[in-house]
Amino acid sequence: MARYQSVRDIKAWLILLLVVLMALPATVLAQQGADARREAFQSMPGTQPDFWRDAVQGVSGRTQSNSPGADTLIMVEGERWREIRNQWISPGGAIALGGSLLAITLFYLLVGKVKLEHPRTGRKIERWTRWDRTIHWFVASLFIILAITGLSILYAKWFLMPILPTSVWAAWMTAAKNIHNYLGPLFGLGVLAMIIKWLKHNFFNMTDFKWFLKGGGIVGKGHPSAGYLNGGEKVWFWMIVFVGLTVVISGLVLDFPNFGQTRETMQLFLIIHAGSSLLLMAAAFGHIYIGTLGTEGAFEGMKTGYVDESWAKQHHDLWYDAVKNKTKS
Amino acid sequence: MARMKFLCDSERCIECNGCVTACKNANETEWGIQRRRVVTLDDGEIGKEVSISVACMHCSDAPCMAVCPTDCFYPTEDGLILHNKDACIGCGYCLYACPFGAPQFPKQGAFGARGKMDKCTFCAGGPEEDPVLEEQKYGANRLREGKLPLCAEMCSTKALLAGDATEVADIFRERVVYRGHRNNAWSSVEHEAAESEQLAKNAADLAYDATQSV
Ligand code: HEM
Ligand code: SF4
Ligand code: SF4
Ligand code: SF4
Repeated sequence: MARYQSVRDIKAWLILLLVVLMALPATVLAQQGADARREAFQSMPGTQPDFWRDAVQGVSGRTQSNSPGADTLIMVEGERWREIRNQWISPGGAIALGGSLLAITLFYLLVGKVKLEHPRTGRKIERWTRWDRTIHWFVASLFIILAITGLSILYAKWFLMPILPTSVWAAWMTAAKNIHNYLGPLFGLGVLAMIIKWLKHNFFNMTDFKWFLKGGGIVGKGHPSAGYLNGGEKVWFWMIVFVGLTVVISGLVLDFPNFGQTRETMQLFLIIHAGSSLLLMAAAFGHIYIGTLGTEGAFEGMKTGYVDESWAKQHHDLWYDAVKNKTKS
Repeated sequence: MARMKFLCDSERCIECNGCVTACKNANETEWGIQRRRVVTLDDGEIGKEVSISVACMHCSDAPCMAVCPTDCFYPTEDGLILHNKDACIGCGYCLYACPFGAPQFPKQGAFGARGKMDKCTFCAGGPEEDPVLEEQKYGANRLREGKLPLCAEMCSTKALLAGDATEVADIFRERVVYRGHRNNAWSSVEHEAAESEQLAKNAADLAYDATQSV
C-alpha cells in the first residue's frame, strides 16, 4: 500500500517536471531584436540629422494627445524591456522552476522521505493554533492561485494557446488576469498577518547556527537540535518577508496604474514582480516538498494543528522539552 | 504582395492635426482613444520646429506582438499588425513595449482595468466576419473597399503618405530631388546643398529598404 503511494507520488512529480521542462525550449526560442530605429527611419525619412539624433534618444515634444507618454516620439526603453522580459525573465524563470523541481526529484530519489525514527506514541502536542492554520492556508491557497494565473500571463501562450480554441483561450486569459489582479491585494494582507503572527518565532539564535553547520540533519547521521522552528524554516520565513513583500509591493504598483505611473515605471516593476515571484515560486516548491512528501508527519501538523510526540522529539527537540516542562510544572 | 507603410514628411507637416481628426472620424474610436497624434519638437523655435504625425508603424518585428501574453496580434499579408480584441486582456504590455506609444486604452482603472486595447489598423478593420461588428470594434475597413487610410488621404499638405512602401518611397524621393534646389517646393526649413544630398541619399536608402522588407 505504502509502496503504491510513493510510486504514484513520484509519477505526479515527474509529470509536473515534464510540463515545466517542455515549456522551456519554447520560451528560449531565439527572438530577433526589434528595430524601432529602422522602423522610424523608414517612416520619417525627411528628418534632418540632428533632429533624428534627438528622436532616437527619446526626445519629448508637445502634442494634443492625452495618452500617457504621448509627447515622446520614440520610447527607447521599450526595446530593453522586451529584451529583458523575453530573453532573460521567461527562460530564466523556466530554468529556475524546472531546476528546482529537478533538484527535488533527484533528492527524493536519492535520499527519500525522512521517516519517523521511533514509532508514533499516539500522544499529540498542539503545534499550530486555529489562527496559525487559517493564516497559513489562506496565504498558501492564494499563492497557488496567483502562481497559476501569473504563470499563465507569462508562459501560457507557449503551451496552452496552441491547444485551446480561441474563445476558450481568451476566456481563460481574461479570467486569469482578473483573478490575479483582484486576489493579489488579499494575498498581501495575508502575508502581513503571517509576518505579524510568526515574527516572534523567527529570530535566529546559536541553535540555528549549529543546525546549519550540521546541514539541517539532511546529510550525515543524527538530528541537530532545533526549537519551535529550525533554521531552514526561519530562512523560508525571511524569504516570505523580503521576497514576498517585494512581490506584493511591485504587484500593487502594477495593479493600480491609475496613479499615473509612466511606462518606464511599469516596465521596471514588471521586471521586479516577475523576477521576485519566480524566485519565490522556485523556493516554494522546496517548502511544499518538505512539508508534504519529504517529511513523514509534517503535513498533519498544519492540517490538524497537532503532531505526534515522537515527531516533535525528532524534529524540534528543544521545543518538545519546553512543552513537556511546561505541562509538568 | 504589397508592404503597407506610413511615411511622414516632417518638412511638410504643419501640425494641423487634420490626420488625428480624420482618423477619429473614420473609425469612431471610443472616448479618450486617439490612434494618431502629432508630436512637435522644439516648438516655437524658429527654423528648428518640426512636427511629425505618428500612429502604429506596423513594425516588421513587432515588439507589441512579442510581449503580448495572449498572443492576440497577427501580421497580415500586407505587412500590417492587427489584433484580436476578443483575446485582449488589457494588460498594457503592448504599450510598454511599443516604441511609438501606439496602443491606446479606454480607461486606466484600479486592479489594472484598462479595457480592450485599440490602435491604428491602417484602416484595415480587424478579425470579425460581420462587417457591422467589425466596424464597431475596429473601425473602418477602407482597404477592403480599395481606399487608403483616411488620415493620409485627408492630409492637407500631403506630408503624411500611406500605402505600398515602394510607391510611397518613390513619391518621397522624387519630392526630395525637386526640393534640392533652394527656394523650391514646400520646404519650411532651408537646406544647404550638402544636406539636400544627404536627404536624397536617405530617400534612396529608404526606397531600397522598402523593397527589401517583407
Ligand atoms: C499582492 C500580490 C500581487 C499583486 C497585486 C499582483 C499583481 C500583478 C499584476 C498587476 C500583474 C500584471 C498583469 C496584468 O496586469 O495583467 C502581475 C503579473 C504577474 N504576477 Fe502578480 N501579483 C501579486 C502576487 C503574485 C504572486 C504571489 C505571484 C506568484 C506566486 C505572482 C506572479 C506573477 C507573474 C508570474 C506575473 C507575470 C509577469 C510578466 O508577465 O512579466 N504575482 N501581477
Ligand atoms: S503597436 Fe507599436 S510596436 Fe506594435 S506594430 Fe504598432 S508601432 Fe510597432
Ligand atoms: S493589452 Fe491586449 S493587446 Fe496589449 S499586450 Fe495585453 S493582451 Fe495583448
Ligand atoms: S490608418 Fe486609419 S486607423 Fe490608422 S491612423 Fe490613419 S486613419 Fe487612423
